[in-house]
Amino acid sequence: MSVLHITKETFENEVLKSDKPVLLDFWASWCGPCRMVGPVLDEIAEEREDIKVCKVNVDDEPELAAAYQISSIPTLMVVKDGKIVNQSLGAKPKAQILAML
Amino acid sequence: MNKKVYDMLIIGGGPGGYTAALYAARAGLSVAVLEKLAPGGQMAETPQIDNYPGFPDGIDGFTLGQQMKESAQRFGAETVFTQVTGLSLDQEVKSAQTDDGVFYGKTVVVATGAGPRQLNVPGEQAQIGRGVHYCAACDGMFYRNKTVVVVGGGNTAVADALLLSRVAKKVYLVHRRDSLKASKVYHRTLEQTENIEFIWNSQVTEIQPGKVLLKNLQTSNAQEISVDGVFVAIGRTPATWLVKGLLELDEQGYILADESTATNLPGVYAVGDVRSKQLRQIVTAVADGAASVHQAEEYLTGIAG
Repeated sequence: MSVLHITKETFENEVLKSDKPVLLDFWASWCGPCRMVGPVLDEIAEEREDIKVCKVNVDDEPELAAAYQISSIPTLMVVKDGKIVNQSLGAKPKAQILAML
Repeated sequence: MNKKVYDMLIIGGGPGGYTAALYAARAGLSVAVLEKLAPGGQMAETPQIDNYPGFPDGIDGFTLGQQMKESAQRFGAETVFTQVTGLSLDQEVKSAQTDDGVFYGKTVVVATGAGPRQLNVPGEQAQIGRGVHYCAACDGMFYRNKTVVVVGGGNTAVADALLLSRVAKKVYLVHRRDSLKASKVYHRTLEQTENIEFIWNSQVTEIQPGKVLLKNLQTSNAQEISVDGVFVAIGRTPATWLVKGLLELDEQGYILADESTATNLPGVYAVGDVRSKQLRQIVTAVADGAASVHQAEEYLTGIAG
């Protein structure tokens, strides 16, 4: 599966009510480290059928960014059954992102 | 099983590493760049680069990193995205242990760069990413109409303060001296920016939620300022944990090597920000990359003969 771009309209159904664990990335196009982590997330999305990889653009979705108190990007979260079970700040190598799951 | 031995292994895919890769590949050497995340290194975090010649409108660091990778790839340099976890450098065939197995090389170019230096004050660690930041270009946008403090007096600190002044309501610039180290090109712009206030001769002693504690180094007076965010720009610290105990370092912890890039071990070179040098810039990193390949070619000819 490819990466899913989330808006505040789709957030509840795709993320909070997802039956698979969700790897969620808060990002923006002007943020270098976010762009560095982008291709890694694309790879993970292609390789892992058992999870869903979602991205929230903080410029397009300021309400979501505020709701989750995002003050540093990229912020990566793992959401299971509607709850944040893991969270980390900054760009990370693939192995470290996979270890969050 | 035959193990593949590259002519050159490059640890780190910033401008120094990819220039070494380009020169090595063009010289007909087999070469692999081991990069943990993405091409560009620290450069990739910079939204606008205006001091790398050849780009009259500037270029963003992420794109420049990608293009450096593609330049090297065109001549056959390989890139492996993996985290290097250890190095063995004192044999004729050297090796890099990684998350994806062991790589072997006749020569090794250490191009691991540097990262932001931390203040090492109470409260800093606990608030990283939640009030304490090291990349204004990344995180500044979250402080729209808020009050922030930039710590430092060099080019990065000043560029950060100017960037933040366009977003935040108020920017304090705390510097431990009474004048800036930053280039003159910034001074006039700074003076004309109304929402930047300088706090001279002061250093941060503690970061608490919503405020920072300062000490004036001349009077020893303590001061407290209310801020929503702290941006630390007090320089860089070299990424040398892989080579500690293997390569000689200078007093500041940078790998000891002159402009030939040769280290104390034969066939091992240090390029870019991780090397002991006067000026750490993209242009000096790329120069190192070329010099390292020149040295490596001589070395390889020597061991072949």
